[in-house]
Amino acid sequence: MSASQQTAHPAALLDARGLRAYYGDAPALHGVDLRIEVGGKVALLGANGAGKTTMLRAICGLIRTQGEIAFAGQEIRGFATEDIVRLGIAHVPEGRGTFAELTVEENLRLGGIIHSDKARTRQDIDRFLRYFPRLKERIRQQAGTLSGGEQQMLAISRALMLRPRLMLLDEPSFGLAPLMVLEIFQILKRINEEERVSLLIVEQNARLALELADHGYLLETGRIVLHGSSAELKANEEVQRAYLGYSGSKARRPESTPG
Amino acid sequence: MDQLLHQVVNGLATGAIYAVIALALVMNFNSTGHINFAQGEMAMFSTYVAWTLIAMGMPYGVAFLVTVAISFVGGMLLERFVLHRFRNAPLLSVVVVFIALFLGFNAVAGWIWGPVLKDFPSPVSSYKTGTSLVGAHELFVGAVAGAMLLLLYGFFRFTTLGLKMRAVACNPTSSRLVGIRVSWTLALGWGLAASIGAVAGMLIAPLTFLDPHMMTGILLYAFAAALLGGVDSPPGAVIGGLVVGVAENLLGAYVVGAELKMSVALVIVVLVLVYRPQGILGRVTVRRV
Repeated sequence: MSASQQTAHPAALLDARGLRAYYGDAPALHGVDLRIEVGGKVALLGANGAGKTTMLRAICGLIRTQGEIAFAGQEIRGFATEDIVRLGIAHVPEGRGTFAELTVEENLRLGGIIHSDKARTRQDIDRFLRYFPRLKERIRQQAGTLSGGEQQMLAISRALMLRPRLMLLDEPSFGLAPLMVLEIFQILKRINEEERVSLLIVEQNARLALELADHGYLLETGRIVLHGSSAELKANEEVQRAYLGYSGSKARRPESTPG
Repeated sequence: MDQLLHQVVNGLATGAIYAVIALALVMNFNSTGHINFAQGEMAMFSTYVAWTLIAMGMPYGVAFLVTVAISFVGGMLLERFVLHRFRNAPLLSVVVVFIALFLGFNAVAGWIWGPVLKDFPSPVSSYKTGTSLVGAHELFVGAVAGAMLLLLYGFFRFTTLGLKMRAVACNPTSSRLVGIRVSWTLALGWGLAASIGAVAGMLIAPLTFLDPHMMTGILLYAFAAALLGGVDSPPGAVIGGLVVGVAENLLGAYVVGAELKMSVALVIVVLVLVYRPQGILGRVTVRRV
Protein backbone atom coordinates (compact mmCIF):
# COMPACT_ATOMS: atom_id res chain seq x y z
CA MET A 1 0.00 0.00 0.00
CA SER A 2 1.46 3.32 -1.02
CA ALA A 3 1.01 6.31 1.20
CA SER A 4 0.82 8.76 -1.69
CA GLN A 5 -2.06 6.88 -3.19
CA GLN A 6 -3.91 7.08 0.12
CA THR A 7 -3.52 10.80 0.53
CA ALA A 8 -4.45 11.47 -3.08
CA HIS A 9 -7.52 9.31 -2.97
CA PRO A 10 -8.33 8.13 0.56
CA ALA A 11 -9.57 4.56 0.63
CA ALA A 12 -12.43 3.55 2.87
CA LEU A 13 -11.32 1.33 5.74
CA LEU A 14 -14.88 0.80 6.88
CA ASP A 15 -17.85 1.36 4.64
CA ALA A 16 -21.32 0.62 6.02
CA ARG A 17 -24.28 0.99 3.67
CA GLY A 18 -27.94 0.74 4.54
CA LEU A 19 -27.09 -0.87 7.85
CA ARG A 20 -30.04 -2.04 9.90
CA ALA A 21 -29.78 -3.61 13.34
CA TYR A 22 -32.30 -5.34 15.54
CA TYR A 23 -32.76 -6.11 19.21
CA GLY A 24 -35.00 -9.14 18.91
CA ASP A 25 -37.54 -7.97 16.35
CA ALA A 26 -37.28 -4.30 17.28
CA PRO A 27 -35.23 -2.30 14.80
CA ALA A 28 -32.62 -0.01 16.35
CA LEU A 29 -30.86 1.26 13.22
CA HIS A 30 -32.84 2.14 10.10
CA GLY A 31 -30.40 2.05 7.21
CA VAL A 32 -27.24 3.83 8.31
CA ASP A 33 -24.43 4.83 5.93
CA LEU A 34 -21.09 5.45 7.58
CA ARG A 35 -17.58 5.63 6.18
CA ILE A 36 -14.20 5.70 7.88
CA GLU A 37 -11.12 6.43 5.83
CA VAL A 38 -7.79 4.74 6.41
CA GLY A 39 -6.23 6.59 9.32
CA GLY A 40 -9.43 8.55 9.89
CA LYS A 41 -10.94 9.67 13.16
CA VAL A 42 -14.72 9.67 13.16
CA ALA A 43 -17.01 10.84 15.95
CA LEU A 44 -20.48 9.35 16.27
CA LEU A 45 -22.72 11.75 18.15
CA GLY A 46 -26.26 11.63 19.36
CA ALA A 47 -28.51 11.63 22.39
CA ASN A 48 -29.10 8.68 24.69
CA GLY A 49 -30.89 5.90 22.84
CA ALA A 50 -30.06 7.28 19.39
CA GLY A 51 -28.32 4.02 18.47
CA LYS A 52 -24.65 4.90 18.90
CA THR A 53 -23.73 1.85 20.96
CA THR A 54 -25.90 -0.25 18.66
CA MET A 55 -23.87 0.96 15.69
CA LEU A 56 -20.63 -0.27 17.26
CA ARG A 57 -22.22 -3.56 18.28
CA ALA A 58 -23.53 -3.97 14.74
CA ILE A 59 -20.08 -3.49 13.22
CA CYS A 60 -18.68 -6.15 15.57
CA GLY A 61 -21.43 -8.62 14.84
CA LEU A 62 -22.72 -8.62 18.40
CA ILE A 63 -26.33 -8.13 17.23
CA ARG A 64 -28.45 -9.13 14.26
CA THR A 65 -27.99 -6.85 11.26
CA GLN A 66 -28.97 -6.33 7.63
CA GLY A 67 -27.25 -4.29 4.96
CA GLU A 68 -23.59 -4.11 4.02
CA ILE A 69 -20.42 -3.56 6.00
CA ALA A 70 -17.18 -3.62 4.09
CA PHE A 71 -13.92 -3.61 6.05
CA ALA A 72 -10.79 -3.02 3.97
CA GLY A 73 -12.79 -4.01 0.92
CA GLN A 74 -14.07 -7.26 2.43
CA GLU A 75 -17.74 -7.81 3.26
CA ILE A 76 -17.92 -8.70 6.96
CA ARG A 77 -21.59 -8.39 7.78
CA GLY A 78 -22.88 -11.64 9.20
CA PHE A 79 -19.41 -12.78 10.34
CA ALA A 80 -19.02 -14.07 13.90
CA THR A 81 -17.64 -11.47 16.31
CA GLU A 82 -14.49 -13.55 16.83
CA ASP A 83 -13.75 -13.49 13.11
CA ILE A 84 -14.44 -9.76 12.73
CA VAL A 85 -12.08 -9.06 15.61
CA ARG A 86 -9.38 -11.21 14.01
CA LEU A 87 -9.52 -9.01 10.89
CA GLY A 88 -8.33 -6.07 12.98
CA ILE A 89 -11.33 -4.35 14.54
CA ALA A 90 -10.85 -3.72 18.25
CA HIS A 91 -13.86 -2.73 20.30
CA VAL A 92 -13.50 -0.88 23.60
CA PRO A 93 -16.99 -1.54 24.89
CA GLU A 94 -19.35 0.43 27.04
CA GLY A 95 -18.35 -0.17 30.65
CA ARG A 96 -14.79 -0.99 29.51
CA GLY A 97 -15.21 -4.78 29.49
CA THR A 98 -12.49 -5.36 32.07
CA PHE A 99 -11.64 -8.93 33.02
CA ALA A 100 -12.10 -7.88 36.63
CA GLU A 101 -10.83 -11.03 38.34
CA LEU A 102 -7.66 -11.25 36.26
CA THR A 103 -4.52 -9.19 36.65
CA VAL A 104 -3.68 -6.19 34.50
CA GLU A 105 -1.00 -8.23 32.76
CA GLU A 106 -3.41 -11.07 32.03
CA ASN A 107 -5.91 -8.58 30.62
CA LEU A 108 -3.21 -7.31 28.27
CA ARG A 109 -2.12 -10.80 27.25
CA LEU A 110 -5.75 -11.58 26.43
CA GLY A 111 -5.86 -8.52 24.20
CA GLY A 112 -3.17 -10.10 22.02
CA ILE A 113 -4.37 -13.69 22.38
CA ILE A 114 -5.06 -14.11 18.65
CA HIS A 115 -1.36 -13.62 17.93
CA SER A 116 0.62 -16.77 18.49
CA ASP A 117 4.02 -15.08 18.78
CA LYS A 118 4.43 -14.83 22.56
CA ALA A 119 7.69 -12.92 22.47
CA ARG A 120 6.08 -10.24 20.37
CA THR A 121 3.08 -10.10 22.72
CA ARG A 122 5.48 -9.36 25.58
CA GLN A 123 7.13 -6.61 23.52
CA ASP A 124 3.71 -5.20 22.68
CA ILE A 125 2.81 -4.98 26.38
CA ASP A 126 5.91 -2.88 27.03
CA ARG A 127 5.36 -0.81 23.93
CA PHE A 128 1.72 0.05 24.58
CA LEU A 129 2.21 0.62 28.29
CA ARG A 130 4.43 3.56 27.33
CA TYR A 131 1.19 5.40 26.64
CA PHE A 132 -0.05 4.49 30.10
CA PRO A 133 2.86 4.51 32.59
CA ARG A 134 0.38 4.41 35.45
CA LEU A 135 -0.77 0.93 34.39
CA LYS A 136 2.79 -0.31 34.36
CA GLU A 137 3.00 0.22 38.11
CA ARG A 138 -0.12 -1.87 38.55
CA ILE A 139 0.73 -4.70 36.19
CA ARG A 140 0.32 -7.44 38.82
CA GLN A 141 -2.80 -5.94 40.37
CA GLN A 142 -6.26 -7.44 39.97
CA ALA A 143 -7.87 -5.37 37.20
CA GLY A 144 -11.16 -4.96 39.07
CA THR A 145 -9.38 -2.92 41.74
CA LEU A 146 -8.24 -0.21 39.30
CA SER A 147 -9.96 3.16 39.26
CA GLY A 148 -12.40 3.94 36.46
CA GLY A 149 -9.82 5.95 34.55
CA GLU A 150 -7.20 3.25 34.88
CA GLN A 151 -9.69 0.65 33.68
CA GLN A 152 -10.38 2.81 30.63
CA MET A 153 -6.64 2.99 29.98
CA LEU A 154 -6.46 -0.77 30.38
CA ALA A 155 -9.35 -1.24 27.94
CA ILE A 156 -7.59 0.92 25.33
CA SER A 157 -4.24 -0.79 25.76
CA ARG A 158 -5.94 -4.19 25.64
CA ALA A 159 -7.53 -3.14 22.35
CA LEU A 160 -4.10 -2.04 21.04
CA MET A 161 -2.71 -5.49 21.84
CA LEU A 162 -4.86 -6.80 19.00
CA ARG A 163 -2.75 -4.60 16.66
CA PRO A 164 -5.99 -3.37 15.13
CA ARG A 165 -6.52 -1.23 12.04
CA LEU A 166 -9.72 0.20 13.48
CA MET A 167 -10.61 0.89 17.07
CA LEU A 168 -14.22 1.37 18.14
CA LEU A 169 -14.56 3.31 21.39
CA ASP A 170 -17.83 3.47 23.29
CA GLU A 171 -17.93 6.58 25.48
CA PRO A 172 -14.34 6.56 26.68
CA SER A 173 -15.10 9.62 28.84
CA PHE A 174 -17.96 7.99 30.73
CA GLY A 175 -17.76 8.43 34.48
CA LEU A 176 -14.26 9.89 34.46
CA ALA A 177 -12.88 13.04 36.04
CA PRO A 178 -12.39 15.88 33.51
CA LEU A 179 -8.60 15.80 33.72
CA MET A 180 -8.56 12.07 33.13
CA VAL A 181 -10.82 12.55 30.12
CA LEU A 182 -8.45 15.09 28.57
CA GLU A 183 -5.50 12.79 29.17
CA ILE A 184 -7.25 9.87 27.51
CA PHE A 185 -8.28 11.91 24.47
CA GLN A 186 -4.72 13.16 24.03
CA ILE A 187 -3.49 9.60 24.12
CA LEU A 188 -6.11 8.56 21.56
CA LYS A 189 -4.81 11.28 19.26
CA ARG A 190 -1.27 9.97 19.63
CA ILE A 191 -2.41 6.39 19.07
CA ASN A 192 -4.10 7.42 15.84
CA GLU A 193 -0.93 9.12 14.62
CA GLU A 194 1.77 6.81 15.96
CA GLU A 195 0.09 3.41 15.63
CA ARG A 196 -1.91 4.30 12.50
CA VAL A 197 -5.10 3.07 14.05
CA SER A 198 -8.31 4.56 12.69
CA LEU A 199 -10.84 5.55 15.33
CA LEU A 200 -14.61 5.50 15.58
CA ILE A 201 -15.62 7.22 18.80
CA VAL A 202 -19.06 7.27 20.33
CA GLU A 203 -19.34 10.20 22.70
CA GLN A 204 -21.88 12.12 24.73
CA ASN A 205 -19.33 14.88 25.04
CA ALA A 206 -19.67 16.21 21.49
CA ARG A 207 -17.24 19.10 21.94
CA LEU A 208 -14.46 16.79 23.01
CA ALA A 209 -15.21 14.26 20.30
CA LEU A 210 -15.26 16.85 17.49
CA GLU A 211 -11.97 18.27 18.66
CA LEU A 212 -10.33 14.88 18.25
CA ALA A 213 -12.19 13.69 15.16
CA ASP A 214 -11.83 14.82 11.58
CA HIS A 215 -15.32 13.72 10.64
CA GLY A 216 -18.58 13.44 12.53
CA TYR A 217 -21.92 11.73 12.16
CA LEU A 218 -25.07 12.67 14.05
CA LEU A 219 -27.49 9.87 14.90
CA GLU A 220 -31.10 10.44 15.85
CA THR A 221 -33.38 7.49 16.65
CA GLY A 222 -31.42 5.10 14.48
CA ARG A 223 -30.88 7.40 11.48
CA ILE A 224 -27.95 9.56 10.39
CA VAL A 225 -29.40 13.07 10.24
CA LEU A 226 -26.19 14.96 9.60
CA HIS A 227 -22.59 14.24 8.69
CA GLY A 228 -19.57 16.17 7.58
CA SER A 229 -16.17 17.37 8.66
CA SER A 230 -15.72 18.26 12.31
CA ALA A 231 -15.43 21.93 11.39
CA GLU A 232 -18.75 21.81 9.53
CA LEU A 233 -20.48 20.10 12.42
CA LYS A 234 -19.05 22.52 14.96
CA ALA A 235 -20.36 25.40 12.86
CA ASN A 236 -23.80 23.86 12.46
CA GLU A 237 -26.41 25.70 14.51
CA GLU A 238 -28.45 22.66 15.36
CA VAL A 239 -25.40 20.79 16.58
CA GLN A 240 -24.36 23.82 18.61
CA ARG A 241 -27.74 24.14 20.24
CA ALA A 242 -28.44 20.48 20.94
CA TYR A 243 -25.00 18.99 21.48
CA LEU A 244 -22.43 21.66 22.13
CA GLY A 245 -24.44 23.50 24.75
CA TYR A 246 -24.59 26.87 23.00
CA SER A 247 -27.80 28.82 23.46
CA GLY A 248 -29.39 29.76 20.16
CA SER A 249 -27.18 31.37 17.52
CA LYS A 250 -25.78 33.70 20.08
CA ALA A 251 -22.11 33.28 20.35
CA ARG A 252 -19.01 31.24 20.06
CA ARG A 253 -17.62 30.64 23.46
CA PRO A 254 -13.87 30.32 23.70
CA GLU A 255 -13.12 26.67 23.21
CA SER A 256 -11.18 24.78 25.74
CA THR A 257 -8.10 23.48 24.04
CA PRO A 258 -6.48 20.59 25.84
CA GLY A 259 -2.72 20.52 26.21
CA MET B 1 -3.75 -42.86 70.00
CA ASP B 2 -3.28 -45.48 67.33
CA GLN B 3 -6.95 -45.30 66.58
CA LEU B 4 -6.88 -41.51 66.32
CA LEU B 5 -3.97 -41.71 63.88
CA HIS B 6 -5.85 -44.30 61.92
CA GLN B 7 -8.87 -42.02 61.67
CA VAL B 8 -6.70 -39.14 60.47
CA VAL B 9 -5.04 -41.24 57.77
CA ASN B 10 -8.39 -42.59 56.67
CA GLY B 11 -9.69 -39.06 56.55
CA LEU B 12 -6.80 -37.94 54.38
CA ALA B 13 -7.47 -40.80 51.97
CA THR B 14 -11.17 -40.03 51.52
CA GLY B 15 -10.26 -36.34 51.59
CA ALA B 16 -8.00 -36.84 48.57
CA ILE B 17 -11.01 -38.17 46.67
CA TYR B 18 -13.17 -35.24 47.72
CA ALA B 19 -10.29 -33.09 46.54
CA VAL B 20 -10.34 -34.59 43.04
CA ILE B 21 -14.11 -34.09 42.67
CA ALA B 22 -13.68 -30.60 44.10
CA LEU B 23 -11.01 -30.02 41.43
CA ALA B 24 -13.58 -30.93 38.78
CA LEU B 25 -16.04 -28.47 40.31
CA VAL B 26 -13.38 -25.76 40.41
CA MET B 27 -12.39 -26.53 36.83
CA ASN B 28 -15.98 -26.11 35.71
CA PHE B 29 -16.46 -23.01 37.83
CA ASN B 30 -13.31 -21.40 36.45
CA SER B 31 -14.36 -21.92 32.86
CA THR B 32 -18.14 -21.40 33.06
CA GLY B 33 -18.82 -19.62 36.33
CA HIS B 34 -21.23 -22.35 37.44
CA ILE B 35 -21.13 -25.11 40.04
CA ASN B 36 -22.21 -28.27 38.25
CA PHE B 37 -24.40 -30.26 40.65
CA ALA B 38 -24.37 -33.17 38.21
CA GLN B 39 -20.56 -33.48 38.34
CA GLY B 40 -20.75 -36.44 40.74
CA GLU B 41 -23.32 -38.30 38.69
CA MET B 42 -21.28 -37.74 35.53
CA ALA B 43 -18.29 -39.22 37.38
CA MET B 44 -20.39 -42.20 38.45
CA PHE B 45 -21.48 -42.74 34.85
CA SER B 46 -17.87 -42.58 33.65
CA THR B 47 -16.91 -45.15 36.26
CA TYR B 48 -19.57 -47.52 34.93
CA VAL B 49 -18.08 -47.04 31.47
CA ALA B 50 -14.68 -48.01 32.88
CA TRP B 51 -16.21 -51.04 34.61
CA THR B 52 -17.78 -52.16 31.33
CA LEU B 53 -14.48 -51.79 29.48
CA ILE B 54 -12.64 -53.81 32.14
CA ALA B 55 -15.39 -56.43 32.14
CA MET B 56 -14.88 -56.70 28.37
CA GLY B 57 -11.29 -57.68 29.10
CA MET B 58 -9.44 -54.40 28.65
CA PRO B 59 -6.40 -53.94 30.94
CA TYR B 60 -6.92 -51.45 33.79
CA GLY B 61 -4.49 -48.83 32.51
CA VAL B 62 -5.97 -48.77 29.01
CA ALA B 63 -9.53 -48.73 30.34
CA PHE B 64 -8.56 -45.82 32.62
CA LEU B 65 -7.24 -43.74 29.72
CA VAL B 66 -10.06 -44.64 27.36
CA THR B 67 -12.60 -43.68 30.04
CA VAL B 68 -10.89 -40.34 30.57
CA ALA B 69 -11.04 -39.72 26.81
CA ILE B 70 -14.68 -40.80 26.49
CA SER B 71 -15.61 -38.58 29.42
CA PHE B 72 -13.83 -35.65 27.82
CA VAL B 73 -15.80 -36.03 24.60
CA GLY B 74 -19.02 -36.68 26.53
CA GLY B 75 -18.55 -33.55 28.61
CA MET B 76 -17.94 -31.49 25.48
CA LEU B 77 -21.01 -32.91 23.75
CA LEU B 78 -23.11 -32.20 26.83
CA GLU B 79 -22.03 -28.57 26.72
CA ARG B 80 -22.53 -28.23 22.98
CA PHE B 81 -25.96 -29.82 22.83
CA VAL B 82 -27.49 -29.08 26.24
CA LEU B 83 -25.83 -26.34 28.27
CA HIS B 84 -25.11 -24.31 25.15
CA ARG B 85 -28.83 -23.62 24.81
CA PHE B 86 -28.92 -22.09 28.27
CA ARG B 87 -25.94 -19.80 27.70
CA ASN B 88 -27.94 -16.64 28.27
CA ALA B 89 -30.55 -18.15 30.55
CA PRO B 90 -31.02 -16.94 34.12
CA LEU B 91 -28.97 -18.71 36.79
CA LEU B 92 -31.99 -20.55 38.13
CA SER B 93 -32.67 -22.16 34.74
CA VAL B 94 -29.08 -23.40 34.64
CA VAL B 95 -29.49 -24.84 38.14
CA VAL B 96 -32.62 -26.67 37.00
CA VAL B 97 -30.67 -28.10 34.05
CA PHE B 98 -27.98 -29.33 36.45
CA ILE B 99 -30.63 -31.02 38.60
CA ALA B 100 -32.14 -32.60 35.49
CA LEU B 101 -28.71 -33.92 34.46
CA PHE B 102 -28.19 -35.24 37.99
CA LEU B 103 -31.47 -37.21 37.94
CA GLY B 104 -31.00 -38.23 34.31
CA PHE B 105 -27.52 -39.75 34.73
CA ASN B 106 -28.62 -41.48 37.91
CA ALA B 107 -31.69 -43.02 36.30
CA VAL B 108 -29.95 -44.03 33.06
CA ALA B 109 -27.09 -45.68 34.96
CA GLY B 110 -29.62 -47.66 37.02
CA TRP B 111 -31.45 -48.62 33.85
CA ILE B 112 -28.36 -49.79 31.95
CA TRP B 113 -26.32 -51.44 34.70
CA GLY B 114 -28.99 -52.33 37.27
CA PRO B 115 -29.12 -51.62 41.00
CA VAL B 116 -26.75 -54.41 42.08
CA LEU B 117 -23.45 -53.26 43.64
CA LYS B 118 -20.43 -54.03 41.52
CA ASP B 119 -16.82 -54.58 42.49
CA PHE B 120 -14.40 -52.14 40.92
CA PRO B 121 -10.73 -53.13 40.82
CA SER B 122 -7.83 -51.11 42.15
CA PRO B 123 -4.62 -51.20 40.10
CA VAL B 124 -2.57 -51.48 43.29
CA SER B 125 -4.66 -53.99 45.25
CA SER B 126 -1.94 -56.65 45.06
CA TYR B 127 0.66 -54.43 46.71
CA LYS B 128 1.24 -54.22 50.47
CA THR B 129 2.43 -51.05 52.16
CA GLY B 130 3.99 -52.86 55.11
CA THR B 131 1.88 -50.98 57.64
CA SER B 132 -1.69 -51.36 58.79
CA LEU B 133 -2.04 -47.60 58.95
CA VAL B 134 -2.45 -46.92 55.26
CA GLY B 135 -3.46 -49.15 52.36
CA ALA B 136 -1.87 -49.21 48.94
CA HIS B 137 -5.00 -47.82 47.30
CA GLU B 138 -5.10 -44.87 49.71
CA LEU B 139 -1.52 -44.00 48.76
CA PHE B 140 -2.42 -44.35 45.08
CA VAL B 141 -5.36 -41.98 45.54
CA GLY B 142 -3.12 -39.44 47.26
CA ALA B 143 -0.52 -39.62 44.50
CA VAL B 144 -3.09 -39.21 41.72
CA ALA B 145 -4.80 -36.32 43.49
CA GLY B 146 -1.46 -34.56 43.94
CA ALA B 147 -0.52 -35.06 40.30
CA MET B 148 -3.89 -33.75 39.11
CA LEU B 149 -3.50 -30.68 41.29
CA LEU B 150 -0.11 -29.84 39.80
CA LEU B 151 -1.40 -30.39 36.28
CA LEU B 152 -4.45 -28.20 36.76
CA TYR B 153 -2.56 -25.46 38.54
CA GLY B 154 -0.03 -25.35 35.75
CA PHE B 155 -2.76 -25.47 33.15
CA PHE B 156 -4.66 -22.43 34.46
CA ARG B 157 -1.60 -20.50 35.49
CA PHE B 158 0.74 -21.01 32.56
CA THR B 159 -1.10 -22.09 29.42
CA THR B 160 -2.86 -19.89 26.92
CA LEU B 161 -5.90 -22.17 26.92
CA GLY B 162 -6.09 -21.91 30.72
CA LEU B 163 -6.00 -18.12 30.50
CA LYS B 164 -8.70 -18.19 27.82
CA MET B 165 -10.89 -20.34 30.03
CA ARG B 166 -10.55 -18.00 32.99
CA ALA B 167 -11.29 -15.05 30.69
CA VAL B 168 -14.45 -16.68 29.36
CA ALA B 169 -15.69 -17.39 32.89
CA CYS B 170 -14.94 -13.82 33.88
CA ASN B 171 -16.43 -11.93 30.94
CA PRO B 172 -17.79 -13.80 27.90
CA THR B 173 -18.51 -10.70 25.80
CA SER B 174 -15.05 -9.23 26.31
CA SER B 175 -13.62 -12.64 25.51
CA ARG B 176 -15.34 -12.61 22.12
CA LEU B 177 -14.08 -9.07 21.57
CA VAL B 178 -10.46 -10.18 21.96
CA GLY B 179 -11.13 -12.98 19.46
CA ILE B 180 -11.57 -16.00 21.75
CA ARG B 181 -13.92 -18.64 20.36
CA VAL B 182 -16.07 -18.70 23.46
CA SER B 183 -18.34 -21.63 22.69
CA TRP B 184 -15.41 -23.96 22.01
CA THR B 185 -13.63 -22.81 25.13
CA LEU B 186 -16.68 -23.57 27.25
CA ALA B 187 -17.06 -26.99 25.68
CA LEU B 188 -13.37 -27.76 26.37
CA GLY B 189 -13.89 -26.70 29.99
CA TRP B 190 -16.76 -29.13 30.33
CA GLY B 191 -14.72 -31.87 28.73
CA LEU B 192 -11.81 -31.35 31.13
CA ALA B 193 -14.10 -31.27 34.16
CA ALA B 194 -15.78 -34.49 33.04
CA SER B 195 -12.36 -36.14 32.65
CA ILE B 196 -11.28 -35.11 36.12
CA GLY B 197 -14.57 -36.41 37.50
CA ALA B 198 -13.99 -39.72 35.74
CA VAL B 199 -10.61 -40.08 37.45
CA ALA B 200 -12.24 -39.38 40.81
CA GLY B 201 -14.96 -41.96 40.16
CA MET B 202 -12.40 -44.64 39.29
CA LEU B 203 -10.46 -43.83 42.48
CA ILE B 204 -13.52 -44.01 44.72
CA ALA B 205 -15.21 -47.08 43.31
CA PRO B 206 -12.73 -49.63 44.79
CA LEU B 207 -13.51 -48.22 48.26
CA THR B 208 -17.28 -47.86 48.02
CA PHE B 209 -18.35 -50.42 45.38
CA LEU B 210 -19.95 -49.20 42.22
CA ASP B 211 -23.62 -48.25 42.32
CA PRO B 212 -25.70 -45.42 40.88
CA HIS B 213 -25.81 -43.62 44.23
CA MET B 214 -22.14 -43.84 45.09
CA MET B 215 -21.49 -40.16 44.39
CA THR B 216 -24.42 -38.50 46.06
CA GLY B 217 -22.79 -38.06 49.46
CA ILE B 218 -19.34 -37.58 48.01
CA LEU B 219 -20.48 -34.67 45.85
CA LEU B 220 -21.77 -32.94 48.97
CA TYR B 221 -18.37 -33.33 50.66
CA ALA B 222 -16.61 -32.21 47.51
CA PHE B 223 -18.86 -29.17 47.34
CA ALA B 224 -17.97 -28.35 50.95
CA ALA B 225 -14.30 -28.89 50.07
CA ALA B 226 -14.43 -26.59 47.04
CA LEU B 227 -16.19 -23.88 49.03
CA LEU B 228 -13.83 -24.21 51.97
CA GLY B 229 -10.76 -23.99 49.76
CA GLY B 230 -12.10 -21.14 47.63
CA VAL B 231 -14.26 -22.12 44.72
CA ASP B 232 -11.90 -20.70 42.08
CA SER B 233 -8.68 -22.14 43.48
CA PRO B 234 -7.31 -25.59 42.50
CA PRO B 235 -4.85 -25.75 45.47
CA GLY B 236 -7.71 -24.61 47.70
CA ALA B 237 -9.83 -27.51 46.48
CA VAL B 238 -7.15 -29.98 47.56
CA ILE B 239 -6.63 -28.38 50.97
CA GLY B 240 -10.40 -28.15 51.40
CA GLY B 241 -10.80 -31.80 50.43
CA LEU B 242 -8.21 -33.00 52.94
CA VAL B 243 -9.64 -30.84 55.75
CA VAL B 244 -13.19 -32.00 55.05
CA GLY B 245 -12.08 -35.64 54.86
CA VAL B 246 -10.26 -35.53 58.20
CA ALA B 247 -12.97 -33.48 59.92
CA GLU B 248 -15.66 -35.86 58.70
CA ASN B 249 -13.76 -38.89 59.98
CA LEU B 250 -12.79 -37.45 63.38
CA LEU B 251 -16.18 -35.89 64.11
CA GLY B 252 -17.90 -39.05 62.88
CA ALA B 253 -15.77 -41.24 65.14
CA TYR B 254 -15.67 -39.16 68.29
CA VAL B 255 -18.39 -36.50 68.28
CA VAL B 256 -21.50 -36.85 66.15
CA GLY B 257 -21.35 -40.56 65.31
CA ALA B 258 -21.42 -42.24 61.93
CA GLU B 259 -25.11 -41.53 61.31
CA LEU B 260 -24.66 -37.77 61.39
CA LYS B 261 -21.39 -37.67 59.40
CA MET B 262 -23.09 -36.19 56.36
CA SER B 263 -24.25 -33.18 58.36
CA VAL B 264 -20.59 -32.25 58.90
CA ALA B 265 -20.39 -31.25 55.24
CA LEU B 266 -23.49 -29.10 55.50
CA VAL B 267 -22.22 -27.40 58.65
CA ILE B 268 -18.96 -26.62 56.85
CA VAL B 269 -20.85 -25.22 53.84
CA VAL B 270 -22.92 -22.92 56.04
CA LEU B 271 -19.99 -21.78 58.17
CA VAL B 272 -17.87 -20.95 55.13
CA LEU B 273 -20.66 -19.06 53.39
CA VAL B 274 -21.34 -17.02 56.51
CA TYR B 275 -17.83 -16.29 57.75
CA ARG B 276 -15.48 -16.59 54.79
CA PRO B 277 -17.30 -16.73 51.46
CA GLN B 278 -14.06 -16.57 49.46
CA GLY B 279 -12.75 -19.71 51.22
CA ILE B 280 -9.17 -20.32 52.33
CA LEU B 281 -7.33 -19.54 49.09
CA GLY B 282 -10.04 -18.05 46.89
CA ARG B 283 -9.67 -14.57 45.54
CA VAL B 284 -11.77 -11.85 47.02
CA THR B 285 -13.46 -10.38 44.01
CA VAL B 286 -13.57 -6.65 44.11
CA ARG B 287 -15.62 -4.97 41.46
CA ARG B 288 -15.45 -1.28 40.93
CA VAL B 289 -17.75 0.33 38.41
